[in-house]
Amino acid sequence: MSASQTHRTIDTIWRMESAKLIAGLVRMVRDVGLAEDFAQDALVIALDRWPESGIPDNPGAWLMTTAKRRAIDLLRRNKLRDQKYVEIAREIDLYTEDDIDRALDGEIEDDLLRLIFMTCHPVLSQDARVALTLRLLCGLTTDEIARSFLTAESTVAQRIVRAKRTLNAEKVPFEVPVGKELAERLSAVLEVIYLMFNEGYSATSGQNWTRPLLCQEALRLGRILAAIAPSEPEVHGLVALMEIQSSRLRTRINAKGEPVLLMDQNRAQWDQLLIRRGLTALEHARKLGRTLGPYAIQASITACHAVARTPSDTEWIRIAALYEALLRITPSPIVELNRAVAIAMAFGPAYGLQLVDELYGEPSLQGYHLLPSVRGDLLEKLGRLEEARTEFERAAAMTRNEQERTLLQKRAAACLQEGG
Amino acid sequence: MRYMLMVKANGYTEARVKPSEEHNAAMLAYQHSLAEAGVLLAAEELRPSSAGIRITYAKGSEKPEVLAGPFPIDPALVAEFTLINVDTEEEALDWAMRMPIPAERGASYAIELRRLEDKKENSRDPKLFTLEAELKDYLRL
Amino acid sequence: MRFMMIVKATTDSEAGVLPSQELIDAMQKYNEELVKAGVLLAADGLMSSASGIRISYPEPGGKPKVVDGPFTEAKEMIAGYTLIEVKSREEAIEWALRMPDPHGFGQGEIELRQVFEFEELMEDPVSRAKEEALRKQVDELKKA
Repeated sequence: MSASQTHRTIDTIWRMESAKLIAGLVRMVRDVGLAEDFAQDALVIALDRWPESGIPDNPGAWLMTTAKRRAIDLLRRNKLRDQKYVEIAREIDLYTEDDIDRALDGEIEDDLLRLIFMTCHPVLSQDARVALTLRLLCGLTTDEIARSFLTAESTVAQRIVRAKRTLNAEKVPFEVPVGKELAERLSAVLEVIYLMFNEGYSATSGQNWTRPLLCQEALRLGRILAAIAPSEPEVHGLVALMEIQSSRLRTRINAKGEPVLLMDQNRAQWDQLLIRRGLTALEHARKLGRTLGPYAIQASITACHAVARTPSDTEWIRIAALYEALLRITPSPIVELNRAVAIAMAFGPAYGLQLVDELYGEPSLQGYHLLPSVRGDLLEKLGRLEEARTEFERAAAMTRNEQERTLLQKRAAACLQEGG
Repeated sequence: MRYMLMVKANGYTEARVKPSEEHNAAMLAYQHSLAEAGVLLAAEELRPSSAGIRITYAKGSEKPEVLAGPFPIDPALVAEFTLINVDTEEEALDWAMRMPIPAERGASYAIELRRLEDKKENSRDPKLFTLEAELKDYLRL
Repeated sequence: MRFMMIVKATTDSEAGVLPSQELIDAMQKYNEELVKAGVLLAADGLMSSASGIRISYPEPGGKPKVVDGPFTEAKEMIAGYTLIEVKSREEAIEWALRMPDPHGFGQGEIELRQVFEFEELMEDPVSRAKEEALRKQVDELKKA
């Protein structure tokens, strides 16, 4: 193997093992920053030795042992002069080589889980949670994170440094929360993963309509979480949602780079493997026997589209029922608006319009251009063209998106023509 | 005898499309008349099946399957029920026929009438008391 | 990117000889590892070629020739596959190397193949140009 080839292999092994490595080290040193340093020390040693000695049989275990030795050496040395390390060093003495082997064997999964709960801890800002998770659990470089979010590398680097400092200052424990706290903290974890996914899925800036790297990282992390926390229905729900949404990634943009609406997408090109995986994950969630949470419900909605061979096969009644369920758990005017559209599709535009009209008094929807857009659409379907035109024009005046404004103005003009 | 009048689920109830004001008023008046006649025991609306959980014991398998809703919209799904206490089946049917149905809806609408099993105490007929006493004598109870 | 790890058939797999419990356990453990790393998409084993059917087209434009199994030349056949989603070619190789020897008696062979994905198809200038030409053709047909 040539030197550059070995370096590539080491880089790969690092990306595959770093999260587990860091998780195992955080358990020992209780400090995310220190753990990352020790893990990277081990990588540097590997880069130095492996090109000559060859890659060891179990590279993950090798890295772990090496990192741990570094940690012990350094902490013992520092214990003598720095009070800060005394506590950590004392705990480290309790660990033996057996612990490391055990850690690599099975308990590493628990450590990974603990690490996710740590990097997604509510003491951190949302941006910080996402950046730190991508860095420590997905093994992305600062540069890769910065490019994914279209921000400066220095901003991301600072964000990560500050996040690590906050975790330390707030003494965030390395543990999986239990009881009542679990649900709340788990939803914070899932939120981070879904945020990542969405950032990749619906990035609208420039030519990059979708940024697949983030989608893939989020999906991978979700799949890992489903494997190490299999009894949480919402984890499977989120995975189902991401799998099914990913199945449409390739049909979401046309050759010109423009977005294609769900109903216009070429269903033959949807990735059936991912759809099947999504449906299986959803089935897992349902079989855990608790009423569905917001992710599983959203996954069920996307599943309704995924299994419909043609747009006209869509089971709108079921979708409307699912929006109703979502509304009960997460009341929001936006969900109500979605529900109104589904109800219009299921039972006729008059029913949808009734709901939309009820939303007109909603303060949080004042100035929200999709409200008059939907109302205009329903009025047009009911043949009330003059009113429809007024709504489309109102909506066009509200939106800040140039492309949308043109579309809405076109629809307003069409109403005028049809009516005349 | 007690009867349960079950209104079966349909797309509207599963998606919780609100019935019209007229229907609500008619339903309220109907329940009022049930109460006035002294037959109303209970009247409840169920949440859609998305808020339900099904436990199925398949033949031969040890563990039940526990499945979260929503479930397919079929005659097994109930949306609301009214419990009444009447003297005859005719009376129960009469009340059931008087239940207002949302007129503006095209979807199928079904009401199922089921008699509740009487509790043992209620089924003791005074005419049979002497026979029972004889049995007890025989059994030396 | 997606890779398919193709396990080649062996004389044993063709004869319907089941793998040892040891190998089954090792494979199961390996699959679990893939799941816990979030890379496994699908994994399936195939029945021996005795139940297989081959459809070939020896004459261009002619009728297909249908032949029932079993077929000879185990090495040309596959016994199973594992589909994974990884970040790099190197990672795929790393995972393939970690798969237990699928035979254990000298005939084990795994072939690693990358799966075509939409992005590659689209970014390839040749296929893009072809698609462009095709679209023009369709447009012209529509006009006519």
